Amino acid sequence: MRIVVQQSPFDLGAEANAFAAGRTDMGAIVTFSGVVRDNPAHPLRQMMIEHYPGMTERALEKIAAEAQARWSLGDVLVIHRYGPMRPGEMIMMVATAAPHRRDAFEAAEYLMDYLKSRAPFWKKEQGADGESWVAAKDEDEDALTRW
Amino acid sequence: MIDILYFAWVRERIGLAREQVDTQAATVADLVAELRAREERYALAFSDLSALRVAVDQDLTDFDAPLAGVREVAFFPPMTGG
Repeated sequence: MRIVVQQSPFDLGAEANAFAAGRTDMGAIVTFSGVVRDNPAHPLRQMMIEHYPGMTERALEKIAAEAQARWSLGDVLVIHRYGPMRPGEMIMMVATAAPHRRDAFEAAEYLMDYLKSRAPFWKKEQGADGESWVAAKDEDEDALTRW
Repeated sequence: MIDILYFAWVRERIGLAREQVDTQAATVADLVAELRAREERYALAFSDLSALRVAVDQDLTDFDAPLAGVREVAFFPPMTGG
Protein backbone atom coordinates (compact mmCIF):
# COMPACT_ATOMS: atom_id res chain seq x y z
CA MET A 1 0.00 0.00 0.00
CA ARG A 2 1.24 3.48 -0.82
CA ILE A 3 -0.60 6.62 0.30
CA VAL A 4 0.65 10.02 -0.84
CA VAL A 5 -0.82 13.42 0.08
CA GLN A 6 1.04 16.22 -1.66
CA GLN A 7 0.62 19.68 -3.10
CA SER A 8 2.71 19.15 -6.24
CA PRO A 9 1.40 17.59 -9.47
CA PHE A 10 2.05 13.93 -10.24
CA ASP A 11 2.71 12.07 -13.48
CA LEU A 12 -0.17 9.62 -14.01
CA GLY A 13 1.74 7.54 -16.60
CA ALA A 14 4.91 7.32 -14.54
CA GLU A 15 2.97 6.45 -11.40
CA ALA A 16 0.89 3.80 -13.19
CA ASN A 17 4.00 2.24 -14.75
CA ALA A 18 5.88 2.19 -11.45
CA PHE A 19 2.84 0.68 -9.74
CA ALA A 20 2.52 -2.08 -12.34
CA ALA A 21 6.24 -2.87 -12.55
CA GLY A 22 7.90 -5.85 -10.92
CA ARG A 23 4.89 -8.11 -10.40
CA THR A 24 4.18 -11.12 -12.54
CA ASP A 25 1.23 -12.41 -10.52
CA MET A 26 -1.15 -9.49 -11.09
CA GLY A 27 -3.37 -9.96 -14.13
CA ALA A 28 -5.27 -6.68 -13.70
CA ILE A 29 -4.25 -3.09 -13.00
CA VAL A 30 -7.03 -0.50 -12.69
CA THR A 31 -6.27 3.21 -12.46
CA PHE A 32 -8.67 6.08 -11.92
CA SER A 33 -7.76 9.76 -11.89
CA GLY A 34 -9.88 12.72 -10.85
CA VAL A 35 -9.46 15.95 -12.83
CA VAL A 36 -10.44 19.56 -12.08
CA ARG A 37 -13.52 20.10 -14.27
CA ASP A 38 -14.35 23.48 -15.76
CA ASN A 39 -17.95 24.63 -16.05
CA PRO A 40 -18.65 26.64 -19.22
CA ALA A 41 -21.61 28.36 -17.49
CA HIS A 42 -19.40 29.50 -14.60
CA PRO A 43 -15.77 29.44 -15.78
CA LEU A 44 -13.46 28.20 -13.07
CA ARG A 45 -10.23 30.09 -12.39
CA GLN A 46 -8.94 27.57 -9.91
CA MET A 47 -9.95 24.97 -7.39
CA MET A 48 -8.50 25.23 -3.88
CA ILE A 49 -8.35 21.99 -1.94
CA GLU A 50 -7.96 22.07 1.81
CA HIS A 51 -7.24 19.01 3.93
CA TYR A 52 -6.61 17.92 7.51
CA PRO A 53 -2.92 16.95 7.75
CA GLY A 54 -2.54 13.81 9.81
CA MET A 55 -6.15 12.73 9.67
CA THR A 56 -6.06 12.67 5.87
CA GLU A 57 -3.29 10.08 5.78
CA ARG A 58 -4.94 8.03 8.53
CA ALA A 59 -8.30 8.06 6.77
CA LEU A 60 -6.80 7.06 3.41
CA GLU A 61 -4.79 4.24 5.01
CA LYS A 62 -7.90 2.95 6.72
CA ILE A 63 -9.92 3.00 3.49
CA ALA A 64 -7.11 1.27 1.55
CA ALA A 65 -6.69 -1.35 4.29
CA GLU A 66 -10.43 -2.07 4.20
CA ALA A 67 -10.24 -2.54 0.40
CA GLN A 68 -7.34 -4.96 0.86
CA ALA A 69 -9.37 -6.91 3.42
CA ARG A 70 -12.41 -7.15 1.13
CA TRP A 71 -10.80 -8.01 -2.19
CA SER A 72 -7.89 -10.11 -3.33
CA LEU A 73 -5.43 -7.34 -4.13
CA GLY A 74 -1.70 -7.30 -4.74
CA ASP A 75 -1.30 -3.60 -4.06
CA VAL A 76 -3.11 -0.27 -3.66
CA LEU A 77 -1.92 3.23 -4.50
CA VAL A 78 -3.65 6.50 -3.57
CA ILE A 79 -2.25 9.91 -4.49
CA HIS A 80 -4.30 12.98 -3.51
CA ARG A 81 -3.25 16.60 -3.95
CA TYR A 82 -4.18 19.71 -2.00
CA GLY A 83 -3.68 23.42 -2.65
CA PRO A 84 -4.60 25.43 -5.76
CA MET A 85 -5.28 23.64 -9.07
CA ARG A 86 -6.40 24.83 -12.48
CA PRO A 87 -9.01 23.20 -14.75
CA GLY A 88 -7.56 20.13 -16.43
CA GLU A 89 -5.08 19.42 -13.66
CA MET A 90 -5.22 16.05 -11.93
CA ILE A 91 -6.46 16.16 -8.35
CA MET A 92 -5.90 12.55 -7.41
CA MET A 93 -5.47 8.97 -8.57
CA VAL A 94 -6.06 5.50 -7.25
CA ALA A 95 -4.57 2.30 -8.63
CA THR A 96 -5.36 -1.27 -7.71
CA ALA A 97 -3.55 -4.44 -8.72
CA ALA A 98 -5.22 -7.82 -8.51
CA PRO A 99 -4.84 -11.28 -10.02
CA HIS A 100 -8.26 -10.80 -11.69
CA ARG A 101 -10.03 -7.73 -13.05
CA ARG A 102 -13.25 -7.85 -11.02
CA ASP A 103 -11.34 -7.40 -7.77
CA ALA A 104 -9.28 -4.56 -9.24
CA PHE A 105 -12.36 -2.71 -10.61
CA GLU A 106 -14.52 -3.15 -7.53
CA ALA A 107 -11.75 -2.18 -5.13
CA ALA A 108 -11.04 0.98 -7.17
CA GLU A 109 -14.73 1.94 -7.04
CA TYR A 110 -14.85 1.25 -3.33
CA LEU A 111 -11.78 3.42 -2.76
CA MET A 112 -13.33 6.28 -4.74
CA ASP A 113 -16.70 6.04 -2.98
CA TYR A 114 -15.11 6.19 0.46
CA LEU A 115 -12.50 8.74 -0.49
CA LYS A 116 -15.29 11.11 -1.63
CA SER A 117 -17.03 11.38 1.70
CA ARG A 118 -14.72 9.88 4.35
CA ALA A 119 -11.35 11.48 3.60
CA PRO A 120 -11.01 15.01 5.04
CA PHE A 121 -10.69 17.11 1.89
CA TRP A 122 -12.76 20.17 1.02
CA LYS A 123 -12.95 21.86 -2.37
CA LYS A 124 -13.49 25.53 -3.01
CA GLU A 125 -14.22 26.72 -6.53
CA GLN A 126 -12.87 30.15 -7.40
CA GLY A 127 -14.21 31.77 -10.56
CA ALA A 128 -14.75 35.14 -12.19
CA ASP A 129 -18.09 35.49 -10.42
CA GLY A 130 -16.88 34.65 -6.92
CA GLU A 131 -15.97 31.61 -4.90
CA SER A 132 -17.88 28.87 -3.14
CA TRP A 133 -17.27 25.66 -1.23
CA VAL A 134 -18.34 22.55 -3.12
CA ALA A 135 -21.25 20.98 -1.22
CA ALA A 136 -21.23 17.25 -0.51
CA LYS A 137 -23.88 15.40 -2.52
CA ASP A 138 -26.45 13.09 -0.96
CA GLU A 139 -25.71 10.61 -3.74
CA ASP A 140 -22.08 10.41 -2.59
CA GLU A 141 -23.23 9.42 0.89
CA ASP A 142 -25.81 7.03 -0.59
CA ALA A 143 -23.08 5.38 -2.67
CA LEU A 144 -21.56 3.95 0.52
CA THR A 145 -24.64 1.85 1.22
CA ARG A 146 -23.88 -0.44 -1.71
CA TRP A 147 -20.77 -1.76 0.03
CA MET B 1 -6.53 21.89 27.28
CA ILE B 2 -7.94 20.68 24.01
CA ASP B 3 -6.79 21.74 20.55
CA ILE B 4 -9.76 22.68 18.39
CA LEU B 5 -9.36 22.76 14.63
CA TYR B 6 -11.71 24.26 12.06
CA PHE B 7 -11.75 23.55 8.34
CA ALA B 8 -13.33 24.97 5.16
CA TRP B 9 -16.29 27.32 5.77
CA VAL B 10 -16.27 26.58 9.51
CA ARG B 11 -12.74 28.02 9.63
CA GLU B 12 -13.81 31.01 7.57
CA ARG B 13 -16.90 31.72 9.67
CA ILE B 14 -15.01 31.53 12.96
CA GLY B 15 -11.94 33.25 11.53
CA LEU B 16 -9.48 30.79 13.04
CA ALA B 17 -7.81 27.57 11.86
CA ARG B 18 -7.10 26.32 15.40
CA GLU B 19 -7.19 27.36 19.00
CA GLN B 20 -6.58 25.89 22.44
CA VAL B 21 -9.50 25.73 24.81
CA ASP B 22 -9.53 25.07 28.52
CA THR B 23 -12.77 23.16 28.98
CA GLN B 24 -14.51 20.76 31.34
CA ALA B 25 -17.01 19.74 28.64
CA ALA B 26 -17.88 16.05 28.95
CA THR B 27 -18.91 15.55 25.32
CA VAL B 28 -18.47 17.17 21.93
CA ALA B 29 -22.03 18.50 22.22
CA ASP B 30 -21.17 20.16 25.55
CA LEU B 31 -18.09 21.72 23.94
CA VAL B 32 -20.23 23.02 21.07
CA ALA B 33 -22.65 24.57 23.58
CA GLU B 34 -19.72 26.35 25.27
CA LEU B 35 -18.39 27.64 21.95
CA ARG B 36 -21.83 28.79 20.79
CA ALA B 37 -22.24 30.86 23.94
CA ARG B 38 -18.97 32.69 23.31
CA GLU B 39 -19.62 34.97 20.34
CA GLU B 40 -21.93 35.45 17.39
CA ARG B 41 -19.42 34.01 14.89
CA TYR B 42 -19.34 30.73 16.84
CA ALA B 43 -23.12 30.67 17.19
CA LEU B 44 -23.35 31.16 13.43
CA ALA B 45 -20.80 28.46 12.59
CA PHE B 46 -22.54 25.95 14.89
CA SER B 47 -26.12 26.96 14.11
CA ASP B 48 -26.92 23.74 12.21
CA LEU B 49 -25.10 20.67 13.48
CA SER B 50 -26.55 18.51 10.71
CA ALA B 51 -24.32 20.52 8.32
CA LEU B 52 -21.22 19.70 10.37
CA ARG B 53 -18.99 16.72 10.97
CA VAL B 54 -16.66 16.17 13.92
CA ALA B 55 -13.43 14.25 14.38
CA VAL B 56 -11.97 13.45 17.79
CA ASP B 57 -8.23 12.72 17.82
CA GLN B 58 -8.45 12.45 14.02
CA ASP B 59 -11.23 9.85 13.89
CA LEU B 60 -14.71 10.71 12.64
CA THR B 61 -17.25 10.46 15.40
CA ASP B 62 -20.61 11.81 16.64
CA PHE B 63 -21.53 14.87 18.66
CA ASP B 64 -22.28 12.72 21.71
CA ALA B 65 -18.69 11.41 21.81
CA PRO B 66 -16.99 11.79 25.23
CA LEU B 67 -14.01 14.14 25.58
CA ALA B 68 -12.17 12.49 28.49
CA GLY B 69 -8.48 12.21 27.58
CA VAL B 70 -9.01 13.78 24.15
CA ARG B 71 -6.30 16.07 22.77
CA GLU B 72 -7.77 17.25 19.48
CA VAL B 73 -11.28 17.99 18.21
CA ALA B 74 -11.95 19.13 14.64
CA PHE B 75 -15.12 20.62 13.15
CA PHE B 76 -15.78 20.75 9.42
CA PRO B 77 -18.46 20.44 6.74
CA PRO B 78 -19.14 17.10 4.99
CA MET B 79 -16.03 16.09 3.08
CA THR B 80 -15.61 16.41 -0.67
CA GLY B 81 -12.57 14.38 -1.65
CA GLY B 82 -11.78 12.63 -4.92
